[in-house]
Amino acid sequence: MIDPVDPAAWVCPLPLRNHDRIVTGHGGGGQMSGELVEHIFLPAFGRSAVAGLHDSATMDPPVDGGRLAFSTDSFVVSPLFFAGGDIGRLAVNGTVNDLAMSGARPLALSAAFILGEGLELAVLAAVAESMGRAAQTAGVKVATGDTKVVESAGDEVLYINSSGIGVVPPKVDIRPGRAAAGDAVLLSGPIGEHGIAVMSQRSGLEFGTGVQSDTAPLAGMVASMLGACADIHVLRDPTRGGLAGALCEIAAGAGVGIEFDEDSVPVPDEVAAACAFLGLDPTHVANEGKLVAIVPADAADEVLAAMRSQPEGEGAVRIGHVVADHPGVVAAYTPLGALRVVDQPLGEQLPRIC
Amino acid sequence: MKYLDEFRDPELARSLLAEVEATVTRPWSIMEVCGGQTHSIIRNGIDQVLDDRITLLHGPGCPVCVTPLGIIDSALEIAARPEVVFCSFGDMLRVPGSDCDLFSVKARGADVRVVYSPLDAVQVAADNPDREVVFFAVGFETTAPANAMSVHMARKRGLTNYTVLVSHVLVPPAIEAIVESEASRVDGFLAAGHVCSVMGTGQYEPLAEEHGVPVVITGFEPLDILDGIRRTVAQLEAGEARVENAYPRVVTSQGNQSAQDMLAEVFTECDRSWRGIGEIPSSGWRLADEYRAFDAELRFGVGDTAVPEPERCRSGEVLQGLIRPDECEAFGRDCTPRSPLGATMVSSEGACAAYHQYRRLDGVAVSP
Ligand code: SF4
Repeated sequence: MIDPVDPAAWVCPLPLRNHDRIVTGHGGGGQMSGELVEHIFLPAFGRSAVAGLHDSATMDPPVDGGRLAFSTDSFVVSPLFFAGGDIGRLAVNGTVNDLAMSGARPLALSAAFILGEGLELAVLAAVAESMGRAAQTAGVKVATGDTKVVESAGDEVLYINSSGIGVVPPKVDIRPGRAAAGDAVLLSGPIGEHGIAVMSQRSGLEFGTGVQSDTAPLAGMVASMLGACADIHVLRDPTRGGLAGALCEIAAGAGVGIEFDEDSVPVPDEVAAACAFLGLDPTHVANEGKLVAIVPADAADEVLAAMRSQPEGEGAVRIGHVVADHPGVVAAYTPLGALRVVDQPLGEQLPRIC
Repeated sequence: MKYLDEFRDPELARSLLAEVEATVTRPWSIMEVCGGQTHSIIRNGIDQVLDDRITLLHGPGCPVCVTPLGIIDSALEIAARPEVVFCSFGDMLRVPGSDCDLFSVKARGADVRVVYSPLDAVQVAADNPDREVVFFAVGFETTAPANAMSVHMARKRGLTNYTVLVSHVLVPPAIEAIVESEASRVDGFLAAGHVCSVMGTGQYEPLAEEHGVPVVITGFEPLDILDGIRRTVAQLEAGEARVENAYPRVVTSQGNQSAQDMLAEVFTECDRSWRGIGEIPSSGWRLADEYRAFDAELRFGVGDTAVPEPERCRSGEVLQGLIRPDECEAFGRDCTPRSPLGATMVSSEGACAAYHQYRRLDGVAVSP
């Protein structure tokens, strides 16, 4: 795990004219934009940046065959810095994980920033630095980028859009539609940490304060899982919508039912306590460093062992199986032995009144 | 977590279930009063594993569900005003008023904020002296003390831009209305522990005595509820009708004295209408006369006008345990969490929502 960045401790490598905050000119594509690139982004992305400042990055095509995977995501998290991570690291890991969920080895990312006027440069620099470190850890390059500035009424606005490309090895075919009755459902570790870490910080509540975001790049673990079984059927990272959301999407996508044992899903004590306090279901809470794998039952043990051999999958468990009954519906066995439907959350999670 | 695991232990659950089975000799109907208990029952499938002779009826104890349409409409009207910052607990935001909800008003530009405590709303008022800050004070005896405290604090801090839109309701009058109704099928009650943690257990004693119904105070974990059912069945089978505290780790007979003092200072009892049920005498609180300056209804000139419910919604019957949510014809067809007809389908504690969320295994045709 890399250390979280402390924005207060970050120092810009070189002074940026006389500004310590983002002004409209920083998004204009002129000298001031150039200064941002030169003094913030390039030093921050460091060795993980693709050299050169052309309009587009160029890369050699992969030589080992396979298919290209291409993915994009936008990151709008508030607060920008939270226990265990920040928006920059989230953007890199999130995009890397989107690629990894199709079995791809990530090659390069883009980083497009939308910044609010008045954002402190030190904050931008700290985020960029964190992105650089995360990219290095994940083994990808930040190949291209962009900056735009928007008016903002005193709020701290920093949004990141990141796209990524990667290579899916030959013969690997991972997609939701491949989940089949009899398959095993594996989960890479404890759930709910990211959502609770962010929520507790956002609301300033006295709960879950020891919980750290689990944000982590998963491509390495996926590679070792594919080494154990190239025929993995489905991979999904249970981000927004949580474990329940991910399983529901798989069940709907493949027209199968999924059943799991509530007791077998690891929920850290502090996450459970915070969820109980807020009236949330841990299976609905977001994760940023976990994955769900649907694999042929006879390969389940080997894939599980491969997951557990990696730091990101230390806590991997088998939680259930795919069934032909109740197509499109996910159901859980409760500790009392009853079977209940597991629904997707409707929208934003709202802590209840009492 | 140890604290939670202890109250979810499947072994203990099985022994409680076996004890109920061994005691029961005839059918009984037990109402859990609080929506939190309903949610726990349906989520954990307690009704699925319980002896067939025990029927669980779901009660009126969901604060979001019983807040009258007229007050929601007042909230929407106030929130839409440009000078207002409207603060609310999160789960009120999706409750439908006559034609929209707080989320839609927010999307149209209103300043609607989710707060976790009414004291946060007081702070918003202190930070924004040129805005009118309104807090939506809903809920049972549980949330009322903190809401009362916010008004008290606002007065102490000399804030003139803080008001509360009050819609507080009280549990015992609702239970009384249910047992007195002709249609009632309730033999015993599981009362909500968190309400009693504030008010104590004394209020329930005349109820149990006069109406001959056992009232067992329980918590919200599966074992709390099973233990409550076990004790209620034991009383019923023995022909007894007492108040029993099955939640002593949280509830004392006196309750929380300082919370009660705060309530007595800021609020005064009043008649309240309950969404779907109608008016119940002395079943709520409003601001006391010396705190009327903090009343949002007065400041903004909105009244709790009676607004008719959508005709097809049977939430009134659901809230009184007269029908199960899936016995409503609109359930899962014309009424879903995405396009709800009644508040019981919206609230995270609503019985219709609980059934929709956890009980659609065979009803896959029922669209989410
Ligand atoms: S299912 Fe919908 S329409 Fe029927 S009672 Fe419940 S909320 Fe009302």
